[in-house]
Amino acid sequence: MAYSEKVIDHYNNPRNMGSFRKDEDGVGTGIVGAPECGDVMKVQIRVENDTIVDAKFKTFGCGSAIASSSLATEWLKGKTIEEARQIKNTEIVEELNLPPVKIHCSVLAEDAIKAAVNDYKKKAEEVSRKEEAAVSVSAS
Amino acid sequence: MKLPIYMDYHSTTPCDPRVVDAMLPFFTEKFGNSASRNHSFGWESEEAVELARKQIARLIHADSKELVFTSGATESDNLALKGVVEMYRQKGDHIITSATEHRAVIDPAKALEKKGIKVTYLSVEKTGRVNPDDVRNAITDKTILISLMLANNEIGTIHPIKEIGKIAKEKGILFHCDATQGVGKIPVDVQDLGVDLMSFSAHKIYGPKGIGALYVRRKAPRVRLVPMLDGGGHERGMRSGTIPVPLVVGFGKACELCEQEMATESIRIAAMRDRLEEGINASLEESYLNGHPTERLPGNLNISFAYVEGEALLMGVKEIALSSGSACTSATLEPSYVLRALGVGSDLAHSSIRFGLGRFTTNEEVEYTIERMIKAVNHLREMSPLYEMAKEGVDLKTVEWAAH
Repeated sequence: MAYSEKVIDHYNNPRNMGSFRKDEDGVGTGIVGAPECGDVMKVQIRVENDTIVDAKFKTFGCGSAIASSSLATEWLKGKTIEEARQIKNTEIVEELNLPPVKIHCSVLAEDAIKAAVNDYKKKAEEVSRKEEAAVSVSAS
Repeated sequence: MKLPIYMDYHSTTPCDPRVVDAMLPFFTEKFGNSASRNHSFGWESEEAVELARKQIARLIHADSKELVFTSGATESDNLALKGVVEMYRQKGDHIITSATEHRAVIDPAKALEKKGIKVTYLSVEKTGRVNPDDVRNAITDKTILISLMLANNEIGTIHPIKEIGKIAKEKGILFHCDATQGVGKIPVDVQDLGVDLMSFSAHKIYGPKGIGALYVRRKAPRVRLVPMLDGGGHERGMRSGTIPVPLVVGFGKACELCEQEMATESIRIAAMRDRLEEGINASLEESYLNGHPTERLPGNLNISFAYVEGEALLMGVKEIALSSGSACTSATLEPSYVLRALGVGSDLAHSSIRFGLGRFTTNEEVEYTIERMIKAVNHLREMSPLYEMAKEGVDLKTVEWAAH
């Protein structure tokens, strides 16, 4: 099966490949998939003032899975976290011309984005809870 | 060196130019039907077919009258399983095969199951070998056929067919062997192996596609089959249909060449294969051999590259024709059933690459392949979250993955 030129380009020149430290402030990490299924995707976002200022990925999977996650990180940069949640797998399919057997790769990328956003939100909530607790302690 | 490089010889082989030369006259001036008994065109073709039959029979130490020409090994396997079961159904309703057989045996066995035949699919050892004791233990008084391959098409493991042949003989059970990957690559002697039926084909041994044979023993015991095709009664009534004379001539020539050159060729190919394995292992940690370390076809090398997905790897070396046990494109997402049967984890099965070396493989191609594999695996490991986690000391087996 022949890959589209865009998939080949992302495979040869992956965008934003790498990692942030998971415990860094403002970083959200989403890891989805399973080695047994042949795909594991990690998407990370760095958020400042509700806007994604940087994104990274690492993927174990076929060329389409690599391209889907590489493309996702390109799209994430500059978006607000709410906008990021709106990214649909069908947009990835369209952009990369993925054939039907590879649609699951785009689904996984969408899941990874959502998982990263959820992780960021959870961390942000914890931080604000701690701050609130600290404020209430100092006020008493 | 020319690109792309072909390193998928288990899948098929190019016709040897000497084979093509032998075939050519039989497309044009020598076009007779070998079944035409009344004119020289027919006699000429019949003579060519009989010569080919002798060349093929000699390679496997059979009598030329014991060969039935088919369209290929898939048809031979179907004819052996279905033809034997239909003929001997009164004697019993049980057959034995293994979990790592080619689909051309597994699927006919499944079709027979639907018709009420009981099938035992033997499991294999870690190296991919069937244990002869398991065969013995699986035999019942209803067993009418044992069907096991000589060498596996994915991992190249050579099975102890001779030992199993003795058990079959002792118990008086017919023994079929799918020898498609073994014939022409390793010595095959139907008497020594003790097989009663044997499938093989021309295109795996530098002959043309579309022709194969089923060896059917004539004496001690005389094996009978119910044919799949009704028609002119060719091939002792077991396979009707006009003999494709050019293909048969090519098949014969291919077998003759294998017989003459196998001894030196197999040493040369095994040396290149060993160099490939060593070159890869020297530079890539966590590369695991699938199959048997020694009882293996000379041209076979099957390796799992941990933390890297096979299809992505093939994409990285797309100027080299290889095959992967990954099933990223299949609807089920199930990786190779052969590797799974060996107890290889799904993750490593997804990471497997099969290298198939053959007659026209060169040292230069092997060196190029080593270099390209190292580069591609490192590129993908750099990208792999699993590799990163493993390097951080995370035991991947303890991670709770969200299977999808």
